Parts: sequence; structure tokens; C-alpha cells
Amino acid sequence: MNRRLTTALLAATALAASIGLASAQTTLRIGLAEDPDVLDPSLARTYVGRIVFASLCDKLFDIDEKLNAVPQLALSHETADDGKIVTITLRPNVKFHDGEAMDAEAVKFSLERHMTMQGSFRRPELASVDKVEVVDPLTVRLHLKTPFSPLISQLTDRAGMMVSPKAAKEAGERFGQKPVCAGPYKFVERVPQDRIVVEKFGDYWDKGKVHIHRIVYQPIVDSTVRLANLKSGQLDLIERMLATDIKEVRGNPRLKLATVTEIGYQSITINVGKGEPAKGPLGSDPRVRKALELSIDRDALNQVVYNGEYVVGNQWVSPEHPYYQQKFPTPKRDVAKAKELIKQAGAPTPIAVDYMVPQNPETRQAAEVIQAMAAEAGFDMKIRVVEFATSLKEAEDGRYQAYMLNWSGRPDPDGNLYVFHRSKAPQNYGGYSNPEVDAWLDEARTKSGQAERKAIYEKVAEKLLNEGSLIYLFHRRWLIAHTAKLEGLKMLPDGLVRVVGLQLK
Amino acid sequence: MLTLIGRRLVQLIPTLFFVSVIIFSLQQLLPGDPALVMAGEEKDPEVIEQIRRQYRLDQPVPIQYLYWIKGVFTGDLGESMRLKAPVLQLILQKLPVTLQLATMAMAIALLIGVTAGVVSAVKRDTWIDYAVNVISLWGISTPNFWLGIMMIFLFAVTLGWLPASGYVSPWQDWRQSLATTIMPAFVLGNAIAGVIMRHTRSAMLQALQSDYVRTARAKGLQERTVVMKHAMRNALTPVITLGALEFGTLLSGAVLTEQIFTIPGFGKLIVDAVFNRDYAVVQGVVLVTATTYIILNLLADVGYILVNPRLRG
Repeated sequence: MNRRLTTALLAATALAASIGLASAQTTLRIGLAEDPDVLDPSLARTYVGRIVFASLCDKLFDIDEKLNAVPQLALSHETADDGKIVTITLRPNVKFHDGEAMDAEAVKFSLERHMTMQGSFRRPELASVDKVEVVDPLTVRLHLKTPFSPLISQLTDRAGMMVSPKAAKEAGERFGQKPVCAGPYKFVERVPQDRIVVEKFGDYWDKGKVHIHRIVYQPIVDSTVRLANLKSGQLDLIERMLATDIKEVRGNPRLKLATVTEIGYQSITINVGKGEPAKGPLGSDPRVRKALELSIDRDALNQVVYNGEYVVGNQWVSPEHPYYQQKFPTPKRDVAKAKELIKQAGAPTPIAVDYMVPQNPETRQAAEVIQAMAAEAGFDMKIRVVEFATSLKEAEDGRYQAYMLNWSGRPDPDGNLYVFHRSKAPQNYGGYSNPEVDAWLDEARTKSGQAERKAIYEKVAEKLLNEGSLIYLFHRRWLIAHTAKLEGLKMLPDGLVRVVGLQLK
Repeated sequence: MLTLIGRRLVQLIPTLFFVSVIIFSLQQLLPGDPALVMAGEEKDPEVIEQIRRQYRLDQPVPIQYLYWIKGVFTGDLGESMRLKAPVLQLILQKLPVTLQLATMAMAIALLIGVTAGVVSAVKRDTWIDYAVNVISLWGISTPNFWLGIMMIFLFAVTLGWLPASGYVSPWQDWRQSLATTIMPAFVLGNAIAGVIMRHTRSAMLQALQSDYVRTARAKGLQERTVVMKHAMRNALTPVITLGALEFGTLLSGAVLTEQIFTIPGFGKLIVDAVFNRDYAVVQGVVLVTATTYIILNLLADVGYILVNPRLRG
């Protein structure tokens, strides 16, 4: 009987093989690490969703390698001297996927939709905008409540994505099931957890640079399986590959690796002001926090867990970033000094710390390495692995002492700072509060010159790096592996797959 | 017979009510706040408040339950917070996928399990019996995710015969559909085959020692006829029940297998929903699978009575 079974199985597999699984050369198949949420620029909230939006919805501005805002649907922007009026000039002859004109009226509609729609996540991003005025068909003017320098940078992300007013009015809250934007590809179909299919948009404003006919996005959660699909040719590109798989990809002549340092960071958040757990030596004494930082060898951590592929750092932006404060370099490991600081603080060792770590194999491994290093200086880091959604709630309620958390980052440094350190800000999980720092953070938002802002942030850095609630560890690299046949992939610090200019040879 | 079915159907109502209450209240025990998860990275307090109001998370749990159950009676299972799509639509999208996978897995399990069980009972205490036993033990004890990944590496990466993952509907392209589902169906079927084999073997051993088989042999019937016609038919009744139960389990979603092969069925739907605290989806899927399970159970009982006249009382 076993022979019969084997024969049947072989027949089935041979049949499958003979069908020929190759697909048309102009289809690009991209493996995503998760299933995106709703594809509505106002309601979307996940990173993975932004990868799909990169083909569907163009933004007013895009970013370049140096994180400057560069023209996309808009050609230029100008801020009035008082910082309260921003005039945006639009690109002429741009159409939405449904043929409607992408003009000043459409921009006003889209921005107001972001600002007023129920459940819109863009509302806080555009909170500084008071009203949107149409000057002429190709000019809009944004009137601000107060000067807000990160505004243009907000318009390089979902807040800058324009939707067809006609389609949005018709679909209402269901717009995300069939988004109509002005990107290089238009929406074809979506089967949740299975695939999202988009097709080249014939009237795209930059259509000469769009070479691939169709793109299929497939969420494949397991990273081993994602890589297996790439190797077998089922996929052409995979995002967020594991650092431990780099060697394998580099050794495969049919594959290529594209990397770029992220704009976000990985850090340990320390509870300094939320309830009882904050009252331990770690939360109450900055010297003990410094000691914990000094006990960690960031380079070793990077080597052991991430094959040395990530970029170590000690600030909210990476050392390559224009806003990195050179005056405060990454400290080297110094166990003797760490012990000395603990002694000065008068804390009895070992210092027990409730160390909350979200469930993820890599993060967990990093936490274990930190645990071992910190132990040498006198810390007893008690790792508590918690599923991610639960960990957020625990952090919100202050039921932790140290929390391993990463931030995907924003192009403007304000987005990596303000909500984490301003008193009572939504992501200030550590409960840090300092009126001086609050005032500086507010002030930096009103200045537009880089030098001027950087000078304010220097004061912020001096405070936060010595007494703040975050220990910054390193910056990951976005790792994208793709078939060697794919050409024209340009990596920018947000790690998104920009599809214009891509070619499959 | 009809009264029996009628009685069982009436019993279904309190069972389902109980199930719905359990689903709803257990879910509330999950740590984590759905509005906080939904709020994404920004976590603006105003947005969080709005989400709470919109999905009635600010109301007491019994009120939330009443709103939900009212919707269920009118065919509205609510809306997915994450995808902004009706739950019913999501379920209808996934149901055919899960049904196809479960049916294929069950077919493979029965084919292997019953054949192996019968062979090992007939060839009792020979090397064939031992070999089949070892193989079935391997089937039961091999973790699905391991077997799945190994098969992907062999058939997709090394040999390149089958796609590593993904799913194609049979209405779209039946051959591709077969190619994408054969590996996950085998992984699922393999685990169940072992269980079925053990049950078939013991039932067959019992049947082969019974009086009517001795009589059949005494009549001079061929061994093949004795085994296939007399012993196997009787031995199969418990296997049918077992099969129905296993089929029900398959329908509730094969989480790990679906995850590895990226099959967009119930398993993946429910896992994503749980991690995102998308309550309406979890409730909808569990309610549908619980109902299906209960109905399958009922069908198994009815089938049992149909093939075994002694039970018709």
C-alpha cells in the first residue's frame, strides 16, 4: 500500500511541476513580513501598509537619502516669515486612478479628510493646520495655528497622500477596500492574509519610469519560509529579512541584498515616573541608569545577535544622521565605572529589575545578552517575555521597570523625540518629566533652520542622555533581499520598496 | 429518527448560546487594550477615545454582548477594526479555503490511515505490522511545522517542483490549486493518519477474531472477501466517528500549518485577529467553527445510527 501512496504522491507532484509555475516576467512578487491593515491613508497605521502605499498612493513630497523633502505630487513649498503660512505649488496634469484631476481642490479635500475623518490617525500629525485654502488650481495655502517646522516632513508620509475626492465620497469608511490614489500603480484586488494585487496606471505623471506591469504583495509571516520562497523563485523580493540570514543571501549568486540604516532605533525604556515600579534604584537614580548603560557593550551585542550588521548608537537618531550630536559619542563599556556609580548611589546589589521584553526571537536574544552583561555590573535583569499587545498595555500602566522597545522612526527628529520625552505625551512610557526639556522641545518645533534646531536639541541631549528614561542601543538596517534580475532598487532610510524605476531583466 | 434529529437541533440552541457567552467573556479576559493596539505607533489620546466610542468599548461588557448578539441574529457579525471590512465577508472568503484544505487532508489521512490499519491488522505480528506501526508513530509525533518546513526545502527550494507557499483557488486554476495545497494537506493528513491507523488496527483485530468472521472463513470464502466485506465494514464504524471529529478540528483552522504555507484560511485569520485584539473577527470565527463542529458531531451521530441498526431505539 505504501508503494501505491508513494506513486500517487509522485504523480501529484509531477503533475504540479509539469504545469509550469513560471509567471509573466513583468510581474513583481513581493513577500511582506505581515499582512497590512486597512489601505486607507487616513486610517492606516502599520509600517507594512506603507510598503504597499508606495506603489498605490503618491505623496505631496518624498524624502531623499539625506531625509530632505523632495517634490512628488507637489513641486515646491514656501513658509512665510512668521512660520504660520505654508504655500504649496502642485505638479500640473496629475490624475487619480479614476481619471479625476489631482488639483488644489483635491488636496484640500484629502487634507481635510485626514484632519476630520472619524478614527483618522493623521489628525495628530496635522494638528498644527488650522485651515486649507485653495489659491488657484495648482496652489494651496496651509494656515497654521502655530509655526510647526516638522509639517513638510509629515507630508512625506501618509498625511501627504492624496485620495480621489469622488471615490472617497462614494466609498466613505470603506474606501480602504478599494483605494483610489495618484500613485504609479492602481488597486486590483486584495484577499486579506493572502495577496494584494496592483497594476500599472497608464496615466501616471511619471509613467516613463514605470516598467513592471503588475505587482503582487504576499504576506508571509515566517521569515524562513519567506526566504525559501525567494530562493525557489516564487518571490522576487522580500522585506525585513533576518540579519542572521545575510550570509546565506550574500553567498547565493542569484540573489542580491539591499540595505540602509533605519531612521528609528532600538532602546530600553526605563520607568522613571510611573507608579511603584519607578521607585526602585534604577528608576529613581540617574547614576544607576548610567551604570546600566555602561555595563552594556553595544558592539558585542551587535556582533552576537545581529552579525555585526546593525549600527550602534546612543541617540534617537543614528550617527549618520544630520541631527546626530557629535558632542555626545556612544560610550564604551566600562564595568568598573558602572560599579562605582552604583556604589555612589548607595544601591545594594544585585539590583533586581523587572525587564519586559516583547515576544520576538531576535529581541529576546538581545535581551538575554544584555542580561548577561548587566549582571557583571551588579544588575539582576529578570526577563519577562510578553506578547506585544499586552506589553503596550503594561507599559502604559507602568507595570514594568525596563522595557525593550523599538521605534520605526520619523524623517524629522521631532518625531523621534517629542512624544517620548515631553511630559504626559502619548508615548512617554517612562513617565519622564522636566519643564526645561518640555520648553526646548516646544521651541524646536517653531524653528526651521537646521543649525538653530540642532543647537536646541543639543541642550535636550545633554539632559536626556544623562538623566532621561531611554537607553538607546542601536539602529537596525532595513534588509531587503531580491532576485539578481531585479534592477533599479533605490534604498532610502524609511526602508520602503519604491517601485518607480524598477526593472526585471 | 426525525424526532431524534429534531431533539438534537433544539439542544443546539442552548449550547450555542452558552458558547457565545463563553467566547465573549473569555475574550474580555485577554490582557491588552484593543483601542491601544489599534492606535498604532502614534497613540494619540483623542484617536484612542474615538476608537473606544466607535466600537462601543467604553460600554459595559454585557451591553457590548447584547449589541453583538443582536447583530448575530440579523446576520451581521460586526466589522473588523483592522481591515474595516465586515466579518461575515472575511469568513465567507476564508471558508472555502479551509474546507478545501480540510477535505484534502482528511482524504489523505483516510487513505493512509485506513489502508495501513487494515494491512497491519491482517499481517499482525509480522515485520509489515511493525513497520506500519513505526511509521504511524512517526506521523503522530512529528511536529507539523517541522515537517512543513522540511517539505518546503525539499520540494520547493531543492527540487523546485512545488510552490513554497501561497494559495490559488480551484475555480481559478485547479492544477495550481492542487500544487499549492498538496503539501499542507499532506502535513495535516499525515498527523491524523497515524491516529486513524491505530483505531482501524484495533477495530480490525477485534473484528477478525469475532464469530462471524470465523463463520465466513468456515464457509470457505476467500480471505480477501472475508477481510474487505465482513471484517472491515464492521470495523469502520468507530473510524467514521473519529474522522468526523478530526474533520471538525481541521475546520477550526490549522494555525501553524496555515502560517508556514501561507494559506489564507481560518487559522491565519484568527491568529492575526487575536494578536491585533480584533474582537469582532475572533468572535465571528469562533462562533462559526463552534457551530460547524456541533453540526458535524450531530451528523456523525446520525451516520452512526444509519449504519448501525442496533442503535435505533
